[in-house]
Formats: sequence, structure tokens, C-alpha cells
Amino acid sequence: MEYIIEMINIRKEFPGIVANDNITLQVKPGEIHALLGENGAGKSTLMSVLFGLYQPEAGTIKVRGKEVKITNPNIANDLGIGMVHQHFKLVHNFTVTENIILGMERVKNGKLDIDSAAKRIEELSKRYKLTVNPHAKIEDISVGMQQRVEILKMLYRDAEILIFDEPTAVLTPQEIEELMHIMKNMAAEGKTIIIITHKLKEIKAVADRCTVIRKGKSIATVDVKETSEEKMAELMVGRQVSFKVDKKPANPGKEVLRIENLNVKDNRGIKAVKDVNLAVRSGEILGVAGVDGNGQTELIEAITGLRNIESGKIFINDIEISNLPVRKRSEAGLGHIPEDRHKHGLVLDFSLEDNMILETYYKEPFSSKGILNREKIRSYAEDLIKQFDVRSGQGATTLTRSMSGGNQQKAIIAREVDRSPEVLVVAQPTRGLDVGAIEYIHKRIVQERDKGKTILLFSLELDEVLNLSDRIAVMYEGEIVGIVNASETNENELGLMMAGGGRDSHE
Amino acid sequence: MNKKKIIIPLLAVLLGFITGAIVMILTGHNPIEAYSALLKGAGLFGDVKRFGDTLLNMTTLILTGLSVAFAFRTGLFNIGAAGQMLMGGFVAVLIGVKFNLPPFIHVTIATITAVLAGAAWGYIPGLLKAKFRIHEVVSTIMMNYIAMWSVYYLVPKYIPGSFSTESKAINTSASLRTEWLTNLFKGSYVNLGLFLALIAVLLIWWILEKTTFGYELKAVGFNLHASQYAGMKVNRNMILSMMISGALAGLAGATYYIGYANNIKIGVLPSQGYDGIAVALLGLNSPFGVALTALLFGFMNAGRLFMQSSTSVPNELVPIIIAIIIFFAATSLMLETWLKKSEKFFKKSEGGK
Repeated sequence: MEYIIEMINIRKEFPGIVANDNITLQVKPGEIHALLGENGAGKSTLMSVLFGLYQPEAGTIKVRGKEVKITNPNIANDLGIGMVHQHFKLVHNFTVTENIILGMERVKNGKLDIDSAAKRIEELSKRYKLTVNPHAKIEDISVGMQQRVEILKMLYRDAEILIFDEPTAVLTPQEIEELMHIMKNMAAEGKTIIIITHKLKEIKAVADRCTVIRKGKSIATVDVKETSEEKMAELMVGRQVSFKVDKKPANPGKEVLRIENLNVKDNRGIKAVKDVNLAVRSGEILGVAGVDGNGQTELIEAITGLRNIESGKIFINDIEISNLPVRKRSEAGLGHIPEDRHKHGLVLDFSLEDNMILETYYKEPFSSKGILNREKIRSYAEDLIKQFDVRSGQGATTLTRSMSGGNQQKAIIAREVDRSPEVLVVAQPTRGLDVGAIEYIHKRIVQERDKGKTILLFSLELDEVLNLSDRIAVMYEGEIVGIVNASETNENELGLMMAGGGRDSHE
Repeated sequence: MNKKKIIIPLLAVLLGFITGAIVMILTGHNPIEAYSALLKGAGLFGDVKRFGDTLLNMTTLILTGLSVAFAFRTGLFNIGAAGQMLMGGFVAVLIGVKFNLPPFIHVTIATITAVLAGAAWGYIPGLLKAKFRIHEVVSTIMMNYIAMWSVYYLVPKYIPGSFSTESKAINTSASLRTEWLTNLFKGSYVNLGLFLALIAVLLIWWILEKTTFGYELKAVGFNLHASQYAGMKVNRNMILSMMISGALAGLAGATYYIGYANNIKIGVLPSQGYDGIAVALLGLNSPFGVALTALLFGFMNAGRLFMQSSTSVPNELVPIIIAIIIFFAATSLMLETWLKKSEKFFKKSEGGK
């Protein structure tokens, strides 16, 4: 058996788009096979076909040499195929354990046998270093931890072929390293791993072979060791791309955003932001680095008005905005690219054009005296779509829910950047995006800086923080533990600070 | 895509009538006879009075259907149209009985207060949802019973009629019926409410599709968090949605209690309130869809008694057919898969040639 999985000439269409156009993918047993491609290239669709979520219009699938019809995920599970989706499929008011055993609950004396399941989960989580509390509710744990639950779900089902859809998007560098180790171990134990990603670095680090997909077609399958990152990027995008953010030294002006002694509580009423002081000047990008769940979310929400503050003050140009409603802040010059695009960034059941005016619909020219001007909205949306290369099936009228994650994010960025606010709070701007799009979005953010805007960047990706920021603040357990110049630091130093060690450690 | 959406309710209606025909054949009746009697009874063969009754039935259903559909479009499930309609009707009757005013002014005041009463009855669940996140399904059902028993108590106390189960009749000056309309439809009780309902259809469509207000309401309905992020007043919009929904049901109460009827009976919730849910569902929550569905249900309700008297088919068959239509509409997902399968089948057989 040369290949454990063969997908031959798979074709899958959606209204207006051919997502997979005769794609062929062949995976050897025990290898880590990367699936590389831009957003909307059709990687996730292809894997959804393999996992039984979509039925292909044409093509055959062979698992372990035998032709199979995978009409639903249960069949995929029976074939030993497991998948960690990009958007987690978890029941929010269930505990970790309940989510993991969902669909294969063991019953003892007519009752759910939670305890033995929890024990096994604890074992698995220890073995693979996926720390979770088996009894915590999903809604109470961080996004990063939710992903660990998804991974555990597969391990719990003894899957042999594991599909990871953008697994590192939500992890910290250290966590990514751990995940890479886990993947290698699993491959060594004979499991086959397919990893969907557009992070070349990760492919270089773990994958054996890599299949590149561009615009729904399979371009090439290459041996990772023998192919350079540049070459893979070129195959993926179809042109040469640069990895470094091209930017001149910052030319900071006056202080625009000022935060004084800010304290914020999280949903459980525990202090998540502690005595934070920050000042960001015009024409500079201040990056906030930190491991997920160290108060960044609460800080973002406090600045943008989505969460009440306990004490402290926030100023934009000496105007206090600490207790202003969201709209007043937005009118005072605050823009916000939210970290959770589905929760805050978009109304998924609106058309793309309606999402483009989410914060400006009440203003001219989109409406006057309370009446929407559909023509103006359409032409504005079409303009942004063109400018920011937002790809969708039916242009401005596309249902936003039906768009790929990367294009949804591009839409949000188009909307926020185009408003050109004086202060832009940017959270995870490139989560789940491909190099082409990242390059573009980074360029736009730097452009805003060069226009003299004040940018506060939150990112869990150290690369991004290092590449984009002029200064970097590190957040640990709700406190700013240090601020360093981006040009004078490196990944190791930041990583240490993010873990609570760092420069001003209390040893 | 939109075309496909419209096919489903049409298919549901068709399947409903086919199933109705099968039931009739099985019970030994002639479906063709029965259906033509139903159409005749609804005045679709030229009987003006009967057609007036169809429009009369439609009027109230348009408004309760709009009430539910509007709430639904803004993310709320208003089960309370019945109670809101009853309270609207009660206040209208109260004003109709207690005051003596010039005709036009009297009926205008009665109708407006009915709208306000319905809005007030919607305000309470809206407020509970906005302030305490109490689900509106629970609170509107409760409000229905509060409305029913309040009327049960208030009618005999303040406006007792000749029977203990109903109120005194309103003064004719407070009635939505007008002579010219009654004459035009040869004595049918169809009334000015018909025009109010049609205006409401246009108004609600306009609000939802054309105004920033409708845009906000829909945004809040679809995604509360994103609306907050965009700086909308989420709580205020939620309350307003419920109030508008209640106002529409209140207006339905006016068309029914001071239009069709001239007094109010106690101890019952108007069935149109619940029928509104079905109308909204089959009308795909669109104002025009609601109007068309209300017309369909209106004609079936108007024609059923004639069908019973002129054929041997019991009039209970009509609610059975309506129920089947609703069933098919509610299982639209099933219909969709059928459609897809048949499409594929036809594609394949074409390719086979």
C-alpha cells in the first residue's frame, strides 16, 4: 500500500465558484503531508470532502487502497479519519469531557460514565502535553484551550489519519513548538497527518511532503526538504512574494492614545487587566504580545467600549473616552479590527455590502434622514471589494456567511482601514490568512502608520508583532511586564517575558 | 437562490391540497367537488359578498402574520400576538362603548389606542429580554394568559353586555365598518382594516428594507455582539422591535373587534394570534409573502362552511389541509433535499439521452 489516502480528480462546486477543480491528493501512511494554498484556494473544501461534510461532484476517494464513498463524518470516523476544524465545533455550555465523548458516550448502570472518560482524557492530555481541565466548560476557556479540546477529541477516537485545519492560528510560539513535537511523535507512532496551512515555516518544520493548491487546482506535490520557502510561496501565490514587512523607521508624533491605571474584570468577575499604563503616539505601531488569555481580550474590549472598566482612564487626544458608548468612541476617532470576526466583526447573515457599512450606515452618503441609499452602498462596497481584493461568489450581494474566513477578514480590514480612524486597535489581523493576504494587510497597516495614525496591535503571532511593531509591550497575567523597542529585541526575549520571566523578573 | 426559496412554500401548498384530496378520496368524498365548493364559498367565482369575507379573514391574518414576521426578522420569536391582539381589541372596544364622539374621530382614536395597547403589551417582554435576558417565547406566552384573564375580569366589570360572556356593543361611530364598503361587498363585514393592513405591509417592508432603523433592527436580531461592536443601542432596539410587533398585533385586534365584530368575548384568546405564526412561516417572513399567505388562509377560512353545507365534506378538513401545508413548509429542509434529488435525477436522465 503506497498511499493511505488517495483523492483523485476531485471536483466540488458552489454557487458561482468551483472550489475544487480536478484536485488530486495522495498521502503516504505515516507521513505529515501539508496542504498549502491561499485563502479560498479550496484546501478546507477538499478536506471537508474527505471528512464527509461535502459530496464531490466528481472524482474518487481511496482509503487504504479501497475506493470509498464518504457521505457523512461518521463514515470518516469509522475509516479512522479525524479532523480539527478551523472553526471549532464545540458545544459551549458543555464541559471539556462532555464535548470529547459526544457521540460515543459510555453508559454505566444507565448513567453517563463521565469519570472514566475524564480519566482517559487526563491521561491523553498528559501524554501529548495538551493541558486542559476536563471539567471546565467550553465557554469559560480560551480559544487556544478550545483547540486542544478539538485535538483531544480526535485522539480520544483513536483516529489514524488526522486532519488539522489551520491548527496553529491560535497558538503562541511555544505552543506551536509543542504542537509540532506532538505531530512528529504521532507520525512516528504511525499516524498519518494532513495539515492545512499557509505558514511555510511550519511546513518546513514538520511536513514531509506538501501539495500546493491554487485557485481550486492542484499545482504540485513537492518534497519539503528539497524545496525552499520562497519556491513554495511562489507555487502557492503564482508570483514572487516578500516575507519581510517593508517599512521605514517610524516617525512618531504626539501622544494620541493614553491609558492610565486601567483595571478591568473578566466575565467571571476576576481582575483580568491590572493597573495598565500605555501611551501610543501618532505614526507608530505599538504591538502587544502575550500568551492567549493574559488579559488582552479584556484590554481590547475596555478600550473599544465593549466592556465596562473598573477604574482608570482612557484618552484619545486628551478627550476622555473611558465611559463613552461605542459609537461616541468611534466618532472620537477609534477604529477596531476585532479578534473574533464572527462574534464581533460581521453580521454573517447580512450581505457583504451591508457588512461594509456596519458602523457608518447612519451617515451620509449611505443614508440620509434615516433612508438607506442602496446605490451608494453598492458602489462603495464594490469599490472596497476591488481595492482590498475580497473574493466572493456574488460580489457585494454575497451572503457573508458563505465566504471563506480569509475573505471575511479582508472585508473587516477594508471597512476599518477605509474609515481611516485616528487610533486603530487591531487584534489578530491575519489570523488564518495566507502569505499573499498577510503581505497585503501588513502593508495597509504600515501605510496607516505612515499616514500618522496611531496603531495598537494585538497579536498572538510573535512574528507578526516583531515584524510590524515599532515598540512592543508584553502582557502577562493582566499586567504590562515590559515595553521594548522592536529593533532591539528578539523572539527568545519576548517569549521569556510572555512566560512571566523577562527583563524585570523578580528573582 | 431566491427563486428556490419561493418554490418551497408553493410546493408546500400544493402538497397540502394533494394530501387533502387523498384524505377525501380515502373517506369517500369527491375532492374536485369539495375544492370547487371551497373556491365558490370564498367568492372566487364571482360572489362579491363571499369574496368580501375572504378579504375580511385576510385582514386580521395579514396583521398578526406581519407581527410575527417582523419580530422574527429582528431576531425575536413573538408568540404573544394573540395577547397583544386581545389587549388592542379590548381597549378599542372599551373606547367604542364608553365614549360618544363624531364617527371619524371616534374610530381613529379607538384604532390608535388599540395599536398603543398592543405595543405596550409587547413592551413588557421586550423590556424583560433587554434588561434580564428573559427569553421572549416564555414571557410572551405568559403575557397571552395575563391578557386573557385581564379581559375576563375587566369586561364584565366595566363594559358588561347582555350576555355574561361578552361586552356591550360599541357605538357605530367607533366601528371600522363603513357603509360604502359594506354596500360594495353586498353586506360583508369587510372593513377599513383591510386598507390599514395593506398599508402596514408596505410600511413594514419599507422599514425593513429601506431605512437605517430597519437595518439596525435586523443587525441586532442577527448578531447582538456585532451590533454592539458597531455602536448600536442593542437593548433599545430589542424593545422597539417587540413594541412594533405588538403594535401590529394590536391593530389586528382593532380590525377584528371593532371591524368584523362589534364587541369582545371573554375567556378566549383569538386564534388569529397563533395563526400569525403559520402565516409568517409560510410567507418566509417577508411582508409580501405574509400578505399572499394571509389571502390563501383567508379564502380557505371563508369557504370552508360553504363547502360543508354544499357537499358532504366536513369543514374540519380545511384546518387539516392548513396543518399539512404548515407541516410541509416547516420541513422545508426535507423539501429542499427532494428538490435537489429530483433536479439531479432530471439532469442525469437528460445526460442519458
